[in-house]
Amino acid sequence: MVDKYQNSIIKVRGLTKRFGKFTAVDNLNFDVSQSEIFGFLGANGAGKTTAIKILCGLSSPSEGNAEVAGFDVYKQTENIKKNIGYMSQSFSLYEDMTIVENIRFYGGIYGMPLTLLKERTNHMLNRLKMTEYANKLIKEIPLGWKQKLAFSVATLHRPKIVFLDEPTGGVDPITRRQFWDLIYEAIDIGITVFVTTHYMDEAEYCHRVSIMVDGKIAALDTPDNLKQQYNAKSMNEVFLQLARKK
Amino acid sequence: MKALEVSHIYKTYNDITALKDVSFNVAEGELFGLIGPDGAGKTSLIRIIITLLLADSGEIHLLGKDVVKEYKYLRSRIGYMPGRFSLYSDLTVLENLNFFATVFGTSIEANYNLIKNIYSQIEMFKDRKAGDLSGGMKQKLGLSCALIHKPEVLFLDEPTTGVDAVSRKEFWEMLQELKQKGITIIVSTPYMDEAEMCDRVALLQKGEIMSIDTPQNIINEFSEELIEIKTPDLYEVKEKLRLEFGKNSAFMFGQSIHFSTSSKSKSKELLNEFFEENNFNIESVNIIEPNIEDCFIKLMTKDS
Amino acid sequence: MKQLLAFLRKEFLHIFRDYRTMIILFGMPIAQLLIFGFVISNEIRDANIAILDYSKDYQTQKIKEKILSSGYFILTVDLKAENEIDAVLKAGKAKLVLVFEHDFARKLEKTGKAELQIIADASDPNSAEILSNYTRAIVNNYMIGINNGLTTKTVVFTEPRMQFNPGLKSVFMFVPGTMALILLLISAMMTSITIAREKEMGTMEVLLISPLRPTQIIIGKVVPYFLLSFINAIVILALGFFVFGLPMRGNLLLLISESMLFILMSLSLGILISTVSKNQQVAMFISMFALLLPTMLLSGFIFPIENMPLALQYLSYLMPPRFFIVIIKNIMLKGTGIMFVWKETLIILGFTIVFLIASVRKFKQRLE
Repeated sequence: MVDKYQNSIIKVRGLTKRFGKFTAVDNLNFDVSQSEIFGFLGANGAGKTTAIKILCGLSSPSEGNAEVAGFDVYKQTENIKKNIGYMSQSFSLYEDMTIVENIRFYGGIYGMPLTLLKERTNHMLNRLKMTEYANKLIKEIPLGWKQKLAFSVATLHRPKIVFLDEPTGGVDPITRRQFWDLIYEAIDIGITVFVTTHYMDEAEYCHRVSIMVDGKIAALDTPDNLKQQYNAKSMNEVFLQLARKK
Repeated sequence: MKALEVSHIYKTYNDITALKDVSFNVAEGELFGLIGPDGAGKTSLIRIIITLLLADSGEIHLLGKDVVKEYKYLRSRIGYMPGRFSLYSDLTVLENLNFFATVFGTSIEANYNLIKNIYSQIEMFKDRKAGDLSGGMKQKLGLSCALIHKPEVLFLDEPTTGVDAVSRKEFWEMLQELKQKGITIIVSTPYMDEAEMCDRVALLQKGEIMSIDTPQNIINEFSEELIEIKTPDLYEVKEKLRLEFGKNSAFMFGQSIHFSTSSKSKSKELLNEFFEENNFNIESVNIIEPNIEDCFIKLMTKDS
Repeated sequence: MKQLLAFLRKEFLHIFRDYRTMIILFGMPIAQLLIFGFVISNEIRDANIAILDYSKDYQTQKIKEKILSSGYFILTVDLKAENEIDAVLKAGKAKLVLVFEHDFARKLEKTGKAELQIIADASDPNSAEILSNYTRAIVNNYMIGINNGLTTKTVVFTEPRMQFNPGLKSVFMFVPGTMALILLLISAMMTSITIAREKEMGTMEVLLISPLRPTQIIIGKVVPYFLLSFINAIVILALGFFVFGLPMRGNLLLLISESMLFILMSLSLGILISTVSKNQQVAMFISMFALLLPTMLLSGFIFPIENMPLALQYLSYLMPPRFFIVIIKNIMLKGTGIMFVWKETLIILGFTIVFLIASVRKFKQRLE
């Protein structure tokens, strides 16, 4: 079989996961190309979390195949973990450590050489305009800063793919747009971004969006195309049409 | 009569200003939204109104009564659903509802009519522990418990945080129904797109109210045009626009750029000229309707 | 009233659904008592001693036999001269050395008095004291035997003989101590944690907003744990009585009433702790460090209060368990009535009232 997605960084073919009689993830097929912002949406219990766990190498599928950053999700989970970054709204940085200490810690986890770590730390703090606050505790800085810092830390080791879980929930709109600026910068250097969220307005920022309903992918396209196809003004309407059909 | 009159409320926590000169009114039977990001002061404001916190200064009358002096009278007339899930997760659905009904000196039967439409959706799980419910169902149970004593005014603190889009939609539909029954509702949310579900909203940022109006009026007051630009060179065009028109003038939105600027004269034509001068490859330039988030950004950057 | 009943029902549901806590609640006292009880008595059973007998007559022979056949001591070294004593103790070959004076039997016959010197390794003061007490008790028993009830002949020690606990069973000391410790810990920790949990979960906000009054919330929290602690007290007493053979010389009803008072005191302390703790962790910490450690160290449970520096002795007056231990010992071991413990009872009552008033005052109508 000739694969038209030679360059995909994530390849998913017939991916299925069952828990007893319950099929949480049912025959998923999709590709994500390098430098793409891929939105992965679905209602609670639609199977999103299960699918992401498989893609991050935390759980094995029951059937089907998937490759993440060129590694197999059955056998090469350790390699997958080295090549991905992860950030969620709930867990990101240690509140009782300073900005620099957090960065050092994450760099250490991924075994980054000290000189490289120092260089990237400086560059990153410069970019975020946080250089003079480098020794502030995380709990002393505003929420918006934390979010931006958390994302930068998650991409510090230059992973091939970064998974974001509701990255901008609750932050003010300006910080949110600055956050998306960072994401667009990340894809500019070749990082692929995989976003899951409940908030459909976050989906508008993605290049392509997939919507999961009952373990299956019910729709997958660019936000513009989806809105056109479902004759909807916003992604929220598209989502409601799909998720409420059941 | 005004259901709620808030005037000049100030509140600080150890030198940090949580609320600064907050004033607004809510009419009886209104569905009023407090919209703002985390840390804007929404929760503090609600807690002060429902008599759980004391303000540093300022006055509040709820249902015509002073919230500091007559808190005992008010407490039995307020329905309140805190931000976090605050029911007993080791008790069943029915046990929770029964508990709150009895504590408020009433019974499920007495006010069943009010909660019927909401509670009937989770009644089949009445023997399940509240902690084992899904997010949407927890929310319905929370709302049922907050309504069981037939409050005159209902306060909901970020009820839709962490809830999926379908359940959120259903939740707002439930609030609309309650509004029809004459209950005054005050709801807070960090999600700008929920503003349109309210009769009127107050936009909160750093403890201050930036604007109070109907959602449509707020959008109408958005004095500048919002322009959507499509181009294959998104990143480069965005950077150039920011250099020319300021750092908050252009933002990426998936496959397009949203552009706005405060000076009226920089219209669509002027933008086209700018693109021609710079020889950009532009696919389309369209005026689009701004949303509350665009207005919020506009209001945030007004002073600076 | 209906509201209070609903609240109580809810509390019991919490308790019965959380079976892990239930196991700890009832398992901990039993385990602790058994461990303390058996560990302590085993330690005493195998104590090494050395004997220096200058007299070597029929009396010293008989006394030695009595001591060695008691099961508490093992003779490791038979000393010849006084200058060996130090070395034996230093080397740890004996925890205790007995020295019989010259002409022991003859002096006892003639003057009715003979001296037996006890030298103990005081680097472990508790065992030293217990061991020397054991020795005295055995010798005294022997003397009572040979005197046929007449007090003509005595072996002279420097200190008076121990009263009321002639066998000097250490477990008798530990049952009252453990009971005080466990009742205090469980009552105070459980109530403070359960109130702190409501704060942590956000349910306290809803309760405050409801027409429930603070007193109702407090009573609702106190009653269930009062019952649980009371069952615990009965279990501990039963264990002491049936397993360790603790005597019950006084009035059982009085003992039970005193226990209830002590439980109530602990519960009020728990509520007071909860009013100053934001979450379960803080409540747990305060209970552990502010209650467990001082109770262990200062209440006379492990270290005798008389041996403490004066400052600590004064500090021990602030430890309610100190008074409760006195009460239990008086009632159970001495068989005395309220006439002998009324002072201690009043003191515990005072603590209770102070804690209760402070909690109701501090219990907030509002959040901070």
